[in-house]
Amino acid sequence: MTELAKLVAISKSFGGVRALVEADFDVKAGEVHALLGENGAGKSTLMRVLSGEMIPNDGEIHLGGERVELRDPRDARARGIAVIHQELALAPDLSVAENIFLGELPGVIGWKDLNRRARQLIERLGFDIDPKRIVGSLAVAHQQIVEIAKALSRDVRIIVFDEPTAVLSTQDAERLHEIIKGLRANGVGVVYISHRLEEVFRISDRVTVMKDGQVVGTVATRDVTIDKVIRMMVGRSLAAMFPDKGERKIGAVRLEASKLNAGRMVRDVSFSLRAGEVVGLGGLVGSGRTEVARAIFGADPLDSGTILLDGKPLHARSPRDAVKAGIGLVPEDRKQHGVVLDKPIRINVTMARLAEVVNGLGFLKSAKESGLVGDLARSLKLKAESIDAPVSSLSGGNQQKVVLAKWFHAGGDVIILDEPTRGVDVGAKSEIYGLVNKLAEANKAVLVISSEHQELFGLCDRVLVMGEGELRGELRPESYSEENLLSMAMTGRLTETHEGMPS
Amino acid sequence: MTFLTSKAESNAKPASETAGGFRFADYLQRFGTLGIFLVLVVVASLWSDAFLTKINILNVLRQVASGAGIMAVGMLFVILTRGIDLSVGSIAALGSVLTGYFCTISGFGIAMTTFLVILSGAACGLVTGAFVAYLRLPSFVMSLAMMAVARGLSLIISDGRPITLGDQGAAFTNFGSGHWFGMPQPVILMFAVFIVGGIVLNFTRFGRVITAIGSNEEAVRLSGIAVPRYVLAVYVISGALAAVAGIISSSRTGVGSSQVGVAAELNVIAAVVIGGASLMGGRGGVINTLLGALVMGIIANIMNLAGVPGYHQQVYMGAIIVVAMLLQYGSGSLKT
Ligand SMILES: Nc1ncnc2c1ncn2[C@@H]1O[C@H](COP(=O)(O)OP(=O)(O)OP(=O)(O)O)[C@@H](O)[C@H]1O
Ligand SMILES: [Mg+2]
Repeated sequence: MTELAKLVAISKSFGGVRALVEADFDVKAGEVHALLGENGAGKSTLMRVLSGEMIPNDGEIHLGGERVELRDPRDARARGIAVIHQELALAPDLSVAENIFLGELPGVIGWKDLNRRARQLIERLGFDIDPKRIVGSLAVAHQQIVEIAKALSRDVRIIVFDEPTAVLSTQDAERLHEIIKGLRANGVGVVYISHRLEEVFRISDRVTVMKDGQVVGTVATRDVTIDKVIRMMVGRSLAAMFPDKGERKIGAVRLEASKLNAGRMVRDVSFSLRAGEVVGLGGLVGSGRTEVARAIFGADPLDSGTILLDGKPLHARSPRDAVKAGIGLVPEDRKQHGVVLDKPIRINVTMARLAEVVNGLGFLKSAKESGLVGDLARSLKLKAESIDAPVSSLSGGNQQKVVLAKWFHAGGDVIILDEPTRGVDVGAKSEIYGLVNKLAEANKAVLVISSEHQELFGLCDRVLVMGEGELRGELRPESYSEENLLSMAMTGRLTETHEGMPS
Repeated sequence: MTFLTSKAESNAKPASETAGGFRFADYLQRFGTLGIFLVLVVVASLWSDAFLTKINILNVLRQVASGAGIMAVGMLFVILTRGIDLSVGSIAALGSVLTGYFCTISGFGIAMTTFLVILSGAACGLVTGAFVAYLRLPSFVMSLAMMAVARGLSLIISDGRPITLGDQGAAFTNFGSGHWFGMPQPVILMFAVFIVGGIVLNFTRFGRVITAIGSNEEAVRLSGIAVPRYVLAVYVISGALAAVAGIISSSRTGVGSSQVGVAAELNVIAAVVIGGASLMGGRGGVINTLLGALVMGIIANIMNLAGVPGYHQQVYMGAIIVVAMLLQYGSGSLKT
């Protein structure tokens, strides 16, 4: 196999933070090379060096055997290096087609032709997305597909996927893996970053593990086990992924939603959440899970239906009403909805309950805030220079922890978590699961939306299943399985003999 | 790399720092306004002996206080939320005319007059702000409309003629020409407004929320914050401060005039932007805004000292603003 790219002894610092320390990495033609490591290990940064977005402080870049200097992303792009970023880099107000061909739009645009080419690209990926849709209106998973189509719109020799499946459902992830296998067969070098280790083992040929900016080692995937890789990543083997739920003491009904209708994606949805209970909301991407959460939270208007909170009717016309009533929502789209990227961690964490850190006159109690935010950051093992560092300087997984910290601080009684472990590493994931258990112990009602079905099964007392905007049914622990969930999402029934329980 | 320690050592770097260790652009952005200010002071004092004299400096300060200075604080607040307020010059004119009207024709005292004038300015801001905050109309257009309305009102009320403050308005003219500790009173008022503005921006919930709104309004809304109220408030503040500028203007000249503040909005916006605030919202500070306003004042002053004819001044002013902007942003955006 020919070597397409080789990074030698790359070092990169941000002020005092050493993000990369003499890291070596290489990509060969026709391989899938997985890059693993904890949140903040330096994976994305290393790939930004390969894509010319960051100029390293030290080290060499070789492409096709020849030493090069990559001055900017265009340079790398011209040499056939494309990156699908962890934080999607699309223009939300432009259409799908415009986004795909942005950067090479001709002076006069032939819309028909452009849309046709965009459609072809997307269809080749096995998806059906209208090229005229505005990107901001697409589900995050579909935005991801647009980003991939954009990368493939020009010749690629190396393509980097930075946590592509973090936002994808199992089915979509499988389709993506087919796409990747196709690219590999065509001799493209694929770099694959993911925190989902099973899939890494399924599709990769080699694995490189990073820790604290250094490369721990590169091994052939077939020579190692998941356990061994985890040990390389965190320096110890990890006990059970899902901490013991314990006996959950499930109390009275906290939130009761009946016949909710909102837009096209929420139709006659009724369910209830009880105190001390963790309920899952499963289904395919685009089945209306996020929309249900947003409607309850007052982020989108409710067309009809009633919500009772602790027996009292709740009319949340805005998120403000919902937050006041004690509902919290960790949103799916971290960058647009979860954080104010260019503001410090401190500001983001206390935003949902400023009253706690403000005195009667509206002045901030800075010392108290530092204490609160510092404690939360430590309990979530947030990796950051200081709480005054902007969220944009954090790695993806750590940004997610900031959003979680924000809603832990807000302290409502009903917490909705939309893809809470998106982009979070194995260690932190099981920490977050532990925290969810703690929320339940504290008698809060928790609703978890996740495309990672194992996560729902490991965490929830029951799982509500949605399909096409309707609630299709409910799974109890005894019938937890991938197939049951899918068949219920599609048909509203279980595959096997146990009959579906009516919700 | 360490896990977070809560030491307040803030090495926070702007996210713009991606391309290598290229920190020059950051320094420029943070200290650019101060740099421009110092360079200007040095150049001006070499240019003309008359510049670094007490009389001239006080003159510059007085100009700034009744010109862009006070309004720049309100404009900064508006710009932080990603808005713009084009009506400030007209509201200043309305404020000036009403000062004359209330104290001569209505015969109100100084306190009552001041109160009513500021209230009128705030009311203008309330109208603009209500459209922007609750109906989500573009601030550019709404404040443009208010710019026309306020100017029109000032013409109607004054009948297009200056209103002389005379004896009833003596309290105002005394304030306009008075000194405390050798400082003109309007200048002291301006510094006070900047200090209060700085405190509000850096140490209160209000300041924090409005900067966050400018960076990512949706995330702020989804945190359960009543965004429209804050947006509304920002326009009310801007309107009120514009009215204060009108009062100062009348106090200095002794007349209430509908010709006050013509094209002032441009100077005010220029001051804020030279002060490093981003028109995309979320970034800007009070000290740099003050420096921005002083830069504008010094440029005008130099041209007066150098005897540049009035019409030419506008051309130079435009050119100098462009140069200042290039220094401020150019190196930052040339990277791509
Ligand atoms: N622009 C920046 N300014 C300051 N620090 C940064 C910047 N970008 C990255 N870092 C730091 O560099 C380290 C490595 O970050 P990187 O994003 O490469 O991690 P990662 O391995 O991709 O993690 P994740 O799995 O969470 O995405 C982190 O500690 C991060 O805080
Ligand atoms: Mg990353």
